[in-house]
Amino acid sequence: MVQLTLPKNSRITTGKTWPKPEGASNVRKFKIYRWNPDDGQNPRVDTYFVDMDDCGPMVLDALIYIKNKVDATLTFRRSCREGICGSCAMNIDGINTLACIYGMDEIKGDVKIYPLPHMEVVKDLIPDLTHFYAQHASIMPWLETKTNRPAKEWKQSIEDRKKLDGLYECVMCASCSTSCPSYWWNSDKYLGPAALLHAYRWIIDSRDEATGERLDQLEDPFKLYRCHTIMNCAKTCPKGLNPAKAIAEIKKMMIDRTV
Amino acid sequence: MQYLTDRKRAQGTGAGRQGTHHHWEMMVSSTALVILVPLFVFTFGCALGGTYEDVLAYYSRPFPAIVTALTLVVVVKHLMREAQMAIEDYVHGVAEKLALMGVAAFSYTLIAAGLFALVKLAL
Repeated sequence: MVQLTLPKNSRITTGKTWPKPEGASNVRKFKIYRWNPDDGQNPRVDTYFVDMDDCGPMVLDALIYIKNKVDATLTFRRSCREGICGSCAMNIDGINTLACIYGMDEIKGDVKIYPLPHMEVVKDLIPDLTHFYAQHASIMPWLETKTNRPAKEWKQSIEDRKKLDGLYECVMCASCSTSCPSYWWNSDKYLGPAALLHAYRWIIDSRDEATGERLDQLEDPFKLYRCHTIMNCAKTCPKGLNPAKAIAEIKKMMIDRTV
Repeated sequence: MQYLTDRKRAQGTGAGRQGTHHHWEMMVSSTALVILVPLFVFTFGCALGGTYEDVLAYYSRPFPAIVTALTLVVVVKHLMREAQMAIEDYVHGVAEKLALMGVAAFSYTLIAAGLFALVKLAL
């Protein structure tokens, strides 16, 4: 049965308010989710103040400022700082996005930062993406061929290559899947928008020879058909992709081969 | 506690090899309802306000009787499938199976009762 309230040990409490930077005139308030699995305490929201004259324009810059100058225990993932690696996905101001490409000027008032919703938290802003990655692996995210010719390069027309635009750019940040209510309730069986977008990326690839097997694996009331076209995935995708459209295309292919 | 690999958890018991038929049926019934609902509202509206004899005479004509019967069957079956989806979304385990059976039983009873009433009016 769906659970509408948080378990007692997951309820968020008021956390510590850290001191304002001395001598700063342009200060911004950050409220950040904190949880440490080792201290046995409930999650809390700590308040930090960032000197905007000493900080870059993106939310990730502020997080790095806090970690370097205020509280070294704040834990979050980050790597490329330019929207390519997908590591710094988190819920900022109510939107799942990448901290490195989300400008603080887009946020009015206090900046509220939480981990990606409805995932188990490893620590602070780090969600456990183990199952998400396993689902991605289950859709066989590689080119599957049966014929052994040509032995070298497999050619693709310009038109066929264009079909991959809007699909190959996905960086697997999990913003879309964790914004999807269907994925919240049924992530054990529903593959979610990210895995399905990747599934379509290989289904539609003109060089792939496992289209039928891929569709067979997706034809399931839960794996594919839990998508109710809510469109949160398309709205939240920090790369501007449309997983809902990819899922609709898979459904169309299913109908074409059945009806 | 189960010692399962992440991949085994994600794979589950594989694909059920169904769902497309349900999806197609929902599309077909949705399209049918775009036509049927306005026709039903129009025919039902024409019968409103008449005497008992007027209504009996009206529903003994084939067009309003057939429109009403089709609308009843398509609407209830469409709602049944939607309710099934909602139950599958939010209820799990034995309660899910019982709820699915309950919804199916209620829907088919509703269709039978509605058609019986219509036949009594029409014939």
